[in-house]
Amino acid sequence: MQPAITVHQITKTYAEGSTGTLALRGVDLEAHAGEVLMLMGPSGSGKTTLLSIMGCILTASSGSVQIAGREITRLKETQLPAIRLEHIGFVFQGFNLFPTLTASENVELMLDLKGLPARSAKKRAAELLDQVGLGGKHDSFPSDLSGGQKQRVAIARALAGDPGIILADEPTAALDSHTGKNVMEMMSELAHKRNRAVVIVTHDSRVLAFADRIVRIEDGAIAGHRDLAAAELVVTPQLHGLPIHSMMGAPLEATL
Amino acid sequence: MPPLAQRNLFHDKVRLAVTLTGIVFAVVLIVVELGLFVGFTVTTSGLIDHSGADLWITSKNVPYVEQGVAFSERKLNQVRAVPGVADAQKLVAHWAQWKRHDGGEESVQIVGFNVDDAMERPWNLVAGRVEDLKSPDAIILDELYKQKLGVTRVGEVFEIAGHRARVVGFTRGIRSFTTSPYVFTTFKNAQSYTGLREDQTLFILVKLAPGVNLEQVRGNILARVKDVEVFTTEEFSHMTRFYWMFTTGAGVAVLIAAVLGLVVGFVVVAQTIYATTMDHVREFGTLKAMGAPNSYVYKVIMKQAAISAVIGYVLGMMVSVFVVRASQEGGAAILMPMPMAVGMFFLTLAMCIGAALVSINKVTRIDPAMVFKG
Repeated sequence: MQPAITVHQITKTYAEGSTGTLALRGVDLEAHAGEVLMLMGPSGSGKTTLLSIMGCILTASSGSVQIAGREITRLKETQLPAIRLEHIGFVFQGFNLFPTLTASENVELMLDLKGLPARSAKKRAAELLDQVGLGGKHDSFPSDLSGGQKQRVAIARALAGDPGIILADEPTAALDSHTGKNVMEMMSELAHKRNRAVVIVTHDSRVLAFADRIVRIEDGAIAGHRDLAAAELVVTPQLHGLPIHSMMGAPLEATL
Repeated sequence: MPPLAQRNLFHDKVRLAVTLTGIVFAVVLIVVELGLFVGFTVTTSGLIDHSGADLWITSKNVPYVEQGVAFSERKLNQVRAVPGVADAQKLVAHWAQWKRHDGGEESVQIVGFNVDDAMERPWNLVAGRVEDLKSPDAIILDELYKQKLGVTRVGEVFEIAGHRARVVGFTRGIRSFTTSPYVFTTFKNAQSYTGLREDQTLFILVKLAPGVNLEQVRGNILARVKDVEVFTTEEFSHMTRFYWMFTTGAGVAVLIAAVLGLVVGFVVVAQTIYATTMDHVREFGTLKAMGAPNSYVYKVIMKQAAISAVIGYVLGMMVSVFVVRASQEGGAAILMPMPMAVGMFFLTLAMCIGAALVSINKVTRIDPAMVFKG
């Protein structure tokens, strides 16, 4: 089956004066529909850069990116918003809701971008908010919602575009463990019941249980990955200090 | 589209107040500066524009109305004999010295005209009648200059160039660009006040018969009357305005102030609109990440700017009208003709949209990674 996202030999260099900082070094990765893929690694390892490139909001210095089988590396910058709109939904650590819009209007905004008429958008937004358990909060402003409720609005908004791919950056970082678990259950459901490819950048070891695959990134390269569905661990030895056998039988937290 | 632009504007009341204050300040500043320029310009030629004449006859090389050169009043009859001339009257407009009761002296501009004629009569009378000027030594002046000339009421007697002058009425809003108040009186009195010989005049005003060709009459006057120049009222008005506003440099200074007002106004508006946009830069970044094309983001920013412009304009014009009205009581007129008021709307809109373009430039350069920063 065709991967939802394929990145091949991706490098990214950030210009810094006359020199540059290499953020990603030849990364190969695929994300498939129906799976939860978690990107883990220490701060500054390049996870968010990789997520940005997978989300078409940052262009790679070299390598190729395919979204739903379409090569997007050579597209003009002006063509990328349409790709994002069609294929990708974002969930952010800080929720990134529009504070001046109600929960419903936040979702309607995405539907407006998709070209839905205002009346239909309002109806669809209500359905989406009901689906994420915010039935009574349609007209609440983000400031009146808890962290978990805000993240649910963000998920509803991401789903409003009916994307095949959900990219989430630390979606549970600002939430307590109970709320975080709820949000992760929702993400897991998106992958497994609605057949979305869900890619999550996280530091939160509590959410690892929801992963189908875990990819560890260090110093801009994939240091190893663990396929929990297949109970398989692969480590790139030259980039990772730990011997392979030490991770194979380790608890999930040790993968971090 | 959900009301993002409106909500962004009205959500933060303090920011809204700051933005609108900036726009109102800019609108008022520009209206005052431009209004002063228009006011000065109109004031310089007010006497000519209100004359009711079609043609002005002057001596040769008279550059503006205050610089009239005396010529024989016998030319008046020659002018009246030209076909197409319905009416011709003598006019004096010249400086004289006014003596206040406290002994102080002020320069005034005497305007001497034929009280029985319709041309060059004082306008906007608020006390007395033009016909009252027929009584001996009668004068009418503007109430704006009461204090300057030491006048308190109708009936007071003063001295102009050693001759008696009795106040019989007041006008309102007849300003003099030179700050020397106009004093309206009969032609005969004016001759005394200005030292003009009895057989001389400074100008002849001509009213044409209905339907005649102005250029033809002008040519006929020039052919029959020697050593004079004949201007249409518009021409003489323009010459006088041009002289005071540009030859003397006075107008250039006001014009520069008006341009500076425009620049400062634009900078203030640009700064406030830019700050408002930057307050929401993270949201614009999110919009872009969600897949909004730049045009969608521009629309939100432009809408914000347009709403700010409309509200700022309305509030600014309310303040401006107050300032314009207040200026009617002062020596310097700030005028806001309707085309200027309408033009200000489009200028305010252009300023806000222009300022928004500066913001847009910044928004298009938003670091996409910002949306992933908690």
